[in-house]
Amino acid sequence: MSFLNSYIYYIGAFGLILVGFYIILVKHNLIKVIVGLGILDTGVNLFLISVGYITKGTAPIFSRPGIDSEYMVDPVPQALVLTAIVIGVAVLALALSLAIRLYQHYGTLNLRKIREQRW
Amino acid sequence: MIIVVSFLIVLMLIGAIAASIFRDLISAVIAAALVSLIAAILFYFLQAPDVAMAEASIGAALTAAIFIIAVRRTKRYEE
Amino acid sequence: MRRAVTIILLIILALGISRSLAKIPFGAHKTKVGKYYINEGIEETGATNIVTSVVLNYRGFDTLGEITVLFIAAIGLGAVLTTNVKGETRKIQPASLVLYTGCRLLFPLILVFGTYIFIHGHLTPGGGFQGGAIIASGFLLIYLGCRERRINRVASNLIESLGGLTFVLIGLLGLVFGSYFLLNFLPKGTANTLLSAGIIPIIYIAIGFKVGSELTSIIDNLIEES
Repeated sequence: MSFLNSYIYYIGAFGLILVGFYIILVKHNLIKVIVGLGILDTGVNLFLISVGYITKGTAPIFSRPGIDSEYMVDPVPQALVLTAIVIGVAVLALALSLAIRLYQHYGTLNLRKIREQRW
Repeated sequence: MIIVVSFLIVLMLIGAIAASIFRDLISAVIAAALVSLIAAILFYFLQAPDVAMAEASIGAALTAAIFIIAVRRTKRYEE
Repeated sequence: MRRAVTIILLIILALGISRSLAKIPFGAHKTKVGKYYINEGIEETGATNIVTSVVLNYRGFDTLGEITVLFIAAIGLGAVLTTNVKGETRKIQPASLVLYTGCRLLFPLILVFGTYIFIHGHLTPGGGFQGGAIIASGFLLIYLGCRERRINRVASNLIESLGGLTFVLIGLLGLVFGSYFLLNFLPKGTANTLLSAGIIPIIYIAIGFKVGSELTSIIDNLIEES
């Protein structure tokens, strides 16, 4: 139980990263590959936030005076992940627009068929 | 608490595997949005309310909408 | 064949990641810089939300680069999807009455909520990025409910450019009044009030407008002629 108590968030992040890599490496459909990229992104973000957590911690916000600053979670990973999420959606949108353009050109989203057609 | 978190993480991993299995791309996108939504709840449990808010509004709502628009403009079923 | 190679690769990757994850303790104090930001953040920046003070004050230059990435991605998307050929206008099936009325009823409330989120970014959880995303989801609702409505491209581009320009100009004013880019030159005020923390609320409002109009224009570019 103590193993689960201390590593459960790491297990979740680890599982998401592996599933994301599996989708990217195995699938042939371009939109499926982009979905895998999004899942991988979520896994890395979850891992960074769980590294910054402190047992029995509070959020790093002084919403009322007299909060004990000794048990506040680390604000630096939170700031990094906040910007990473916004960049992630922009990159996904750019990748999807390229996929739409490829579909209009080749008439398929299958990466093998696109490779066979040459142009 | 630990039971709730374990349940959520198992559900999240099932969602991720389902996104890999489904042939229907709309279903796969909905499963990926479920992963993002549960990740937002986990961020809240990890005392990161800012990140939870960003993940819930961007990851679960906007990303799913963008994917669905893209699927509508291409093919729905994986071949 | 390909699947077998992939699974072997993933097993090697899993072993490597799990060995290194076991070395990182969960729930312990790790960095000193985070401790410093928590202890000194209120006196140095005036913002009670420490994440905001890290994003906009200690690492403000980083945020400027991040906004540039978002801007370039939006421009690239527009450039990739723009065609010379005018697509024939298909007949748009109108939304049902419930959806139409509900979207029009909810849209102003969503805008007010998003604005609240980014104005109070230095006091409560939230800020420009979250507020901008909420505003963009309000516009997405309008696209779903009122199918033939479109945003004004010129106004959206203007708001986006003005938001970025405000950020850079405030940074340059820091060079004028003091010694470095993005210096917090306005008075800090008392903590936990709306008019405090110097330049942080102004920059967050600019970021809110910029992110909101940028995400809306991304949705507009994608949804067009579909």
